[in-house]
Amino acid sequence: MDMRTPLGKVRGLGSAKEGTDHFWRQRLTAVANLPLLIFFVFFVARYAGAPHAEFVAALANPFVAVIIALVVTSALVHMRIGMQVIIEDYVHAEGAKIALLMLNTFFAIAIGGLCLFAVLKIAFAG
Amino acid sequence: MTNVTRSRPLSPHLQIYKPIPTMVMSIVHRITGGALYFGTILVAWWLIAAASGAAYYDWVNWLFGTLIGKLVLFGYTWALVHHMLGGIRHFIWDLGYGYEKHFATKMAKATLAGSVALTLLLWIVGSLVR
Repeated sequence: MDMRTPLGKVRGLGSAKEGTDHFWRQRLTAVANLPLLIFFVFFVARYAGAPHAEFVAALANPFVAVIIALVVTSALVHMRIGMQVIIEDYVHAEGAKIALLMLNTFFAIAIGGLCLFAVLKIAFAG
Repeated sequence: MTNVTRSRPLSPHLQIYKPIPTMVMSIVHRITGGALYFGTILVAWWLIAAASGAAYYDWVNWLFGTLIGKLVLFGYTWALVHHMLGGIRHFIWDLGYGYEKHFATKMAKATLAGSVALTLLLWIVGSLVR
């Protein structure tokens, strides 16, 4: 016997109220990551160890700057929800789990803030 | 009374099974994902160094160029390539293909062989273009 309300059935979000959102977001960012990170790998292979002026000039190119910003954004969203699953799998103490889940979000946003600021500063101010 | 839930038998865990390729690659996928997570600190460091000016950038460049720095970056490249190939394997499964066990084992082995080969190729080509 199905105990769900008609509205609940239509929404299809389940008891956690998120439905397949986490799963889908992981796949969406994975699809985005594939071409973005292939670009990034070649970018790193080309500019690792390059002189400062050369590296800054490369990052000042609008297309490069935007792609690097997208790489950072997509990868950080993907890794944040990935680490969320790892924490939920292995940390069972409620307090520690919530603290680590918060820390996970803070870490992703901090790294994102640093990377995006650096890219924008180089792109706008050299 | 003893703790009822604690004295219940546990289902067998990792150490009881013989490692098989699909299982090992699943574990390695998670481990490489975790490594890439903390590796983003290196990416942020590199970009911030470039935004901070030539003197600091040169120092970070030197640090990344040391033997230990290169080993870490090599490991990071491998983790990225391995996680990427593992991800493509997941796409294949998501689309409903590749569940036959011998094929799945082949894909697992190919993921490892491919990630090692591609990483070596990347570093060889990377050192040649410079």
